[in-house]
Amino acid sequence: MSFLDLKNVTKIYPNGTKAVHETSLSVEEGEFMVFVGPSGCGKSTLLRMVAGLEDITEGDINLDGKLINEVDPSERDVAMVFQNYALYPHMNVYNNLAYGLKNRGIDKETIEQKVNDAAKLLQISDYLQRKPSMLSGGQRQRVAMGRAIVRNPKIFLFDEPLSNLDAKLRIQMRLEIKKLQQKVGVTSIFVTHDQVEAMTLADRLAVINNGIIEQLGTPIEIYDNPKSLFVAGFIGSPQMNFLDGNIKNKTLSAEGFEIKDIDSDFEGEVKLGIRPEHLSQSENSLINLKVDLVEQLGSDNLVYGQLKDKKDFCYRCPGNLTIEKGADLSLNIENNKYYIFDKSTGKRVN
Amino acid sequence: MKIKPLQIIAHIILILGVLLMVVPIWISFASSSHDSVTILTEGMKFHIGDQLARNYNEVLNEKGGWSEEVTAAKMFINSFIMALGIATLKVVISAMSAYALVYYRFKLAVPIFWLIFITLLVPLEVRIFPSYKIVSDLGLTNSYTGLILPLVASATATFFFRQFYKTIPDELLESAKLDGANAWSFFIDFLVPLSKTMIAAMFIFMFVYGYSQYLWPLIMTTAEEYWTVVMGMKIIYTESYEGVALPRTAERFAYIILSMIPPVLVVVFLQKWFIKGLIQTEK
Ligand SMILES: Nc1ncnc2c1ncn2[C@@H]1O[C@H](COP(=O)(O)OP(=O)(O)O)[C@@H](O)[C@H]1O
Ligand SMILES: [Mg+2]
Repeated sequence: MSFLDLKNVTKIYPNGTKAVHETSLSVEEGEFMVFVGPSGCGKSTLLRMVAGLEDITEGDINLDGKLINEVDPSERDVAMVFQNYALYPHMNVYNNLAYGLKNRGIDKETIEQKVNDAAKLLQISDYLQRKPSMLSGGQRQRVAMGRAIVRNPKIFLFDEPLSNLDAKLRIQMRLEIKKLQQKVGVTSIFVTHDQVEAMTLADRLAVINNGIIEQLGTPIEIYDNPKSLFVAGFIGSPQMNFLDGNIKNKTLSAEGFEIKDIDSDFEGEVKLGIRPEHLSQSENSLINLKVDLVEQLGSDNLVYGQLKDKKDFCYRCPGNLTIEKGADLSLNIENNKYYIFDKSTGKRVN
Repeated sequence: MKIKPLQIIAHIILILGVLLMVVPIWISFASSSHDSVTILTEGMKFHIGDQLARNYNEVLNEKGGWSEEVTAAKMFINSFIMALGIATLKVVISAMSAYALVYYRFKLAVPIFWLIFITLLVPLEVRIFPSYKIVSDLGLTNSYTGLILPLVASATATFFFRQFYKTIPDELLESAKLDGANAWSFFIDFLVPLSKTMIAAMFIFMFVYGYSQYLWPLIMTTAEEYWTVVMGMKIIYTESYEGVALPRTAERFAYIILSMIPPVLVVVFLQKWFIKGLIQTEK
């Protein structure tokens, strides 16, 4: 059994909303697991069931070899960082960190030692006497982390802790969280709707949609090998291009071009997915793109345009290529890196 | 800085308001420092006279009542105990019942809340006979418990505490739970410190409410040692009691001034908390 084990966990809220469907998942000790998915897909619900803040409608959750379904949150030895930090407004930073330790009946000197160590690790030693209202967003974030770390819990739970920060700070804190987790080595689950955050932080990530884990794997596995239309569209930025097509006798015909000898026995209506970065300009072109707009990011250019059938399409090329608005580009798919999905079920078929 | 006409008008209105509040008190105070004959013959006074110490000493220490035992000082103490007991218990009970109503999501929470709320429509004066019956059956007439107990439930304070607790984000409770707080420590470590301002405000209102009770102590007490200030005001210095002697107007004024001191002290003392709460928002 793994460190954290979810078995057929289901959550139905009292108002009838089914937020999580029979989800099973294992997290190894020391692993950084990320739940990613669009807003309302049930990520928080799943996390809160691990924390004990929501009842489990059905299924079992085991933590460190112990069934915790009925264990009170205060007894689970988990720590959580909330989106709005939920710092204790009337306590100074020191007491925010110390409160959980006091409740566990730890003696004063040990508490002081632990709080000071955690504060040092997070570089908040200078603010220990301040109230949370006198801290900046980034500092509050650190205090929230400190409150989790100081208790040395079995598992860290993060519910979108970076979404209240500005873009620059978010990237900085993202890095720090990753470093910190590696240093402290605590098993962590991190919830986010931001796929970049998910990709950069995760050892493994679970892509969740409508209360179901659509795919579970390392970031690269999921990027390289999305198992469904949803995952393919959700992971990767800019988003994968999707074209309508039809397969007959191992030949895929889409609007304006054909791909022969595809690696699939599927027949019927499909969606063809091509990542913007898996295209290149070439003579024997497959796709003709009329350029509307070029975004220059420096290292890359994002070229947006339309295909013959007026479908929007994106192509990512190295930043040293100059592409004019209005140009006609002929593009080919590199190394046959395309994805085919059954149009009706969304399942990958190649 | 330029002073706008509107500001002047606003200030005039405010000053008039202050005068309206302060002048009667000043007149009472000034009049309490003359002797009764002067006031009876010359009317109320604006300036301080020479009988201040004598009048106040007399009021505080003179023994009155049928038993010739009870003093004004004793009545002040009684009123203070009663008001303190009512205010403290009202605040404690309301805060705790609001805690139960907001945080324990039992089925009947809403109906119970409305039931509590409806009691606003039945103040003590309306239910005074049943209340008296109960208290006297319990053998609590002529006791501090009897004076205080029937008045300690408060729909108003419960309502205010409830509204305040509802504004406290759920994450705070969840976070505290994960930090190992139980129901009691969440109340003591979080709700009480967070509602300091609220508690101070409620305490002041409830103190004044308790202090100014008239009908209940009047009915409740037959022993003079439980008389309260407001009762004394009616009983002690009435002409009928004084018989044919001159009305003791100056002493009455002194008594009025003295009776204002305890509530004023409570306000002055708790004001600091108010202002603290106003300048630093902690939520
Ligand atoms: N307390 C609740 N009562 C009823 N429905 C809820 C409650 N909390 C969340 N939901 C519903 O459950 C679904 C999943 O919510 P949530 O887990 O918060 O999503 P996410 O965190 O992925 O955005 C949503 O449809 C949401 O509306
Ligand atoms: Mg959420």
